[in-house]
Amino acid sequence: MQKLHSRQQQWMPVLFLAPAVILFVVYVIFPILQSIWLSFYEWDGIGEKTFVGFSNYLELFDDYQFWVALKNNIYWMVFFMLAPPIGLGIALFLNQKIMGIRLVKSMFFFPFVISQVVVGLVFSWFYDPSFGLFNKAIGLFGMEPVAVLSDENWVTFGIIVAGLWPQIAYCMILYLTGLNNLNPDQIEAARLDGAHGWKMLRHVILPQLRPATFIAVVVTVIGALRSFDLVATMTSGGPFGTSSVLAYFMYEQSIFNYRAGYGAAIATVLFLIMDIYIAYFLWRMLKSEKA
Amino acid sequence: MFPTPIEKRSLPFNLSYRAAVWIALALWLLPLVAVLLTSARSTADINAGNYWGIPSEWMLFENYMTVFSETPMLRYLLNSIFITLPAVFGAVALSTLAGYALAKFKFRGNVALFAAFIAGNFVPFQILMIPVRDLTISMGLYDTASGLILFHIAFQTGFCTLFMRNFIVGLPDELIEAARVEGVSEWQIFWHIVLPLVRPALAALSVLIFTFIWNDYFWALVLVQSDEVRPITAGISALKGQWMASWQLIAAGSIVAALPPVILFFAMQRHFIAGLTLGATKG
Repeated sequence: MQKLHSRQQQWMPVLFLAPAVILFVVYVIFPILQSIWLSFYEWDGIGEKTFVGFSNYLELFDDYQFWVALKNNIYWMVFFMLAPPIGLGIALFLNQKIMGIRLVKSMFFFPFVISQVVVGLVFSWFYDPSFGLFNKAIGLFGMEPVAVLSDENWVTFGIIVAGLWPQIAYCMILYLTGLNNLNPDQIEAARLDGAHGWKMLRHVILPQLRPATFIAVVVTVIGALRSFDLVATMTSGGPFGTSSVLAYFMYEQSIFNYRAGYGAAIATVLFLIMDIYIAYFLWRMLKSEKA
Repeated sequence: MFPTPIEKRSLPFNLSYRAAVWIALALWLLPLVAVLLTSARSTADINAGNYWGIPSEWMLFENYMTVFSETPMLRYLLNSIFITLPAVFGAVALSTLAGYALAKFKFRGNVALFAAFIAGNFVPFQILMIPVRDLTISMGLYDTASGLILFHIAFQTGFCTLFMRNFIVGLPDELIEAARVEGVSEWQIFWHIVLPLVRPALAALSVLIFTFIWNDYFWALVLVQSDEVRPITAGISALKGQWMASWQLIAAGSIVAALPPVILFFAMQRHFIAGLTLGATKG
């Protein structure tokens, strides 16, 4: 590729790229830099900006609410990691050829397609202390009703479970596709060698599913760090900020408390945490690109 | 195939497996079934606390009529359509151009640019929030559909370019080379050779980002505030505040909000899954 029409070829990619790159720079790259810059200012979002150096960050590290949100984000990441294995489990369970299985698979995928706002509403009903199914269910075991979404100790876990529902569906689809592309020869060979069940899964199947696992883990971590919609619809961070996460805390500070500079500092911290995973993903992606 | 095909097992095992699959599905979708049933309940049922049983009288039609006539739900629905369709079109168009350039032209900074698109796609929304909001306000686009559409196009371009570039890389160079030798202009090559070949990818991508944009809630909160522009996700959540006790109406509204992506998913399932997993075959 190259040589002929090389002049035209030099400026054509620029033209092809220009609209996408310009919009992307204006709406994504530049705002990132602006937010980082803003995090060194005290600003109410409308009036004058005052340079305050690192004081937003110092305040942040002293802010009890920040640590609650950060701790909740860590809970999200840890418990969201259940999504890939459970998704794999469901995928293995459904990976058969019986009548109607295609319909079943796509219905299992439903939770991922619908809006998180709707998922949040659905789970708010589910947890409702007076009529929710959750309390009826634990009532069967003789347990006292728990108002999950207004209980400081349970609220975050209640929301995480709601978030797991679509996330598991997502991972399931990734694994179902992976299972479809398994190498049948290797499996047959392993079968002849007497491998089956758990051993087969661990030594033959899982290694072949590594690309699916990689994507599943990356999207799950990103999903956990991005969690906002469910927190906003189910609890608005309450009770008393105990279910807040960094994304929601930032929104709250900038929009409701008019502290744009402080909000920018929170966003920057979240961005830095996310960068670890973005860098890892890029590194893997570009490495496989060269291979 | 793994696990062992069910046909190779005993009959009782087969039957219990088939039953188990449907029971599992019913349990998995139980919350949704409850919403669907609730959207058909009468006020009397709601007041009596009958949220999970069979409705004592079916009010399906009446409830949906009420939602559309007495709440701005129809407005929200139309808003969502008018925001989502142009945004999908714009993002797919821009990223097909960009993806082609990244896939089939060698130039300095190609890989860096590609990496920037991928990375941008993963950043947390909050790091963009304040500047994008200010930018939208200063362009006079706050609380307009155009403001949201522009942002969605720009943001989704990251993911879409990654997607299109990976698809186009797989197309044979020979076709493009042959056309170049014939003296066909670069634009003509793109329009008449590349575009027809990427049609399946366009379909997959469109379906996928349709659901992403349709389901967006955060930017609907940040860039829009009036009922005239508000998309359905933010609309439902606003309704929730106003219609606190009328759960049957909230449920009906939720079903309306969920339906378009679900229908699209069913209609174009294969494309959708191809879209989601394109990245998964690599890496």
